[in-house]
Amino acid sequence: MPDLGVYAAEVLSAYAVSIVLLAAIVGLSWRRYVRVRAALEEVEKDG
Amino acid sequence: MIALLRRDLALAIRAGGGFGLGLAFFLIVVVLVPFGVGPDPELLSRIAPGILWVAALLAALLSLDRIFALDYEDGALALLATSPLPMEGVAMVKGLAHWVTTGLPLTLAAPALGFLLNLAPAAYSYLFVSLLIGTPALSMIGTFGAALTIGLRRGGLLLSLLVLPLYVPTLIYGSEAVRRGAEGLDPTSALLLMGGITAGCFAILPFATAAVLRINLR
Amino acid sequence: MSRDRQATMSMWEFANPKRFMGWSRPVMVWTFGLAAACLAIGLVWGFFFTPDDFRQGSTVKIIYIHVPSAILATSAWFMMVVASVVWVVRRHHVSALAARAAAPVGVTMTLIALITGGIWGQPMWGTYWAWDPRLTSFLILFLFYLGYIALWEAIEDPDTAADLTSVLCLVGSIFAILSRYAFYFWSQGLHQGASVLRAGALAGDTEERVSNVYAVPLMVSMAGFFLLFIALVLMRTRTEVRARRMRALQVRMQRA
Repeated sequence: MPDLGVYAAEVLSAYAVSIVLLAAIVGLSWRRYVRVRAALEEVEKDG
Repeated sequence: MIALLRRDLALAIRAGGGFGLGLAFFLIVVVLVPFGVGPDPELLSRIAPGILWVAALLAALLSLDRIFALDYEDGALALLATSPLPMEGVAMVKGLAHWVTTGLPLTLAAPALGFLLNLAPAAYSYLFVSLLIGTPALSMIGTFGAALTIGLRRGGLLLSLLVLPLYVPTLIYGSEAVRRGAEGLDPTSALLLMGGITAGCFAILPFATAAVLRINLR
Repeated sequence: MSRDRQATMSMWEFANPKRFMGWSRPVMVWTFGLAAACLAIGLVWGFFFTPDDFRQGSTVKIIYIHVPSAILATSAWFMMVVASVVWVVRRHHVSALAARAAAPVGVTMTLIALITGGIWGQPMWGTYWAWDPRLTSFLILFLFYLGYIALWEAIEDPDTAADLTSVLCLVGSIFAILSRYAFYFWSQGLHQGASVLRAGALAGDTEERVSNVYAVPLMVSMAGFFLLFIALVLMRTRTEVRARRMRALQVRMQRA
């Protein structure tokens, strides 16, 4: 970890929030992707 | 088109609630503000232009979902679509009707409420003029928003979310015009810019609204 | 009148969505990979291997997230405008679905930009927020995104939703541009000008320009953000295409 000095809290929290939000959009998109794919396969099988 | 306008005006005045409700809401919001920010006359005087504009804007918002609701539900809107009247004309008339029944009364009432907020004496005429120029834009923008949310449950909340950001330019120029007038500065540029927005709204939004109405009537 | 369209909806074979599904999978996978690489390189380089700024100290490191996310926030909206026009003119369903897919990514980018901007602003300007034209534009953009997403969610029929949201996107964009001018009328600027992309940004370290040392990892990070956006939109559009197909099949089965 580089010496962030006086602003360590700001820099780290900025990065932390951003990573969380990016992980959220990627994760939620991925989860929906997988679910809809599975659901479509189900429907296509029944049809 | 005149007939449609007259009909809408008659409906609005008769069909209880809408007409006076906007004015009452305007009054209530203005009355609430001193309770919220404290009764210091100097503070109130400074924020009066903005508060009056915001209150008028919110009051105009109230009656938006009724613009198309009744006509949509009883099929009158579908009939209008098949009439020789162009949808753009219908949209514009609806916007004008809303203005005459909501925006115009608010404009007339505003100077009376200015006293409650200690509005600077010089500002009264500018308050009136700015609202006179700006409220038609609010009505036309609101008509566009109302068309988008026709027939939706909870449409009112969504309508507010869609329409309020669109109100921002008009609000900025309108309240700024009043502020400048209050300080004895020249508000012409603000009024002109706002006039431009209102004109633009009536040039473009009837077409957008008509397109939306046609989509919703499919 | 629009019932006939239902028949074509349920055919997987009609050109556009099928072809899209065909090429988008490999592209999506590669784009995710490249995005991850660029983000890793850009952010690690920027975070660990760049010096502190004379005036801003270590907070300058926030630039590697703040600037790309801000640029993406507006780029995403612009992409939605283009996609909306394509839908209105050419009626390519994939286009409408892509616009829908992009919105949540755009709103996330806007939120990241607003939050990192606020965190950066506190030590630099002494406040988390200021009603400055640029910040205010982003806040209004955030509201536009919310309205757009909400309208998609509120409307039952997918084609109607696509049409209405397209109109909203276009009208909203006109007002967004008007608002920009209104904000400058309304408030003086506090936020730094467009120094990053000015020509000669790589030329040297002057008061206004972003120094060479920061610019390169910033460009890499920006590339990473763009690639991530593309990858996410591809993935989400694929989801929307599948969801649409599923809905069509279910309707058809209900009728049978």
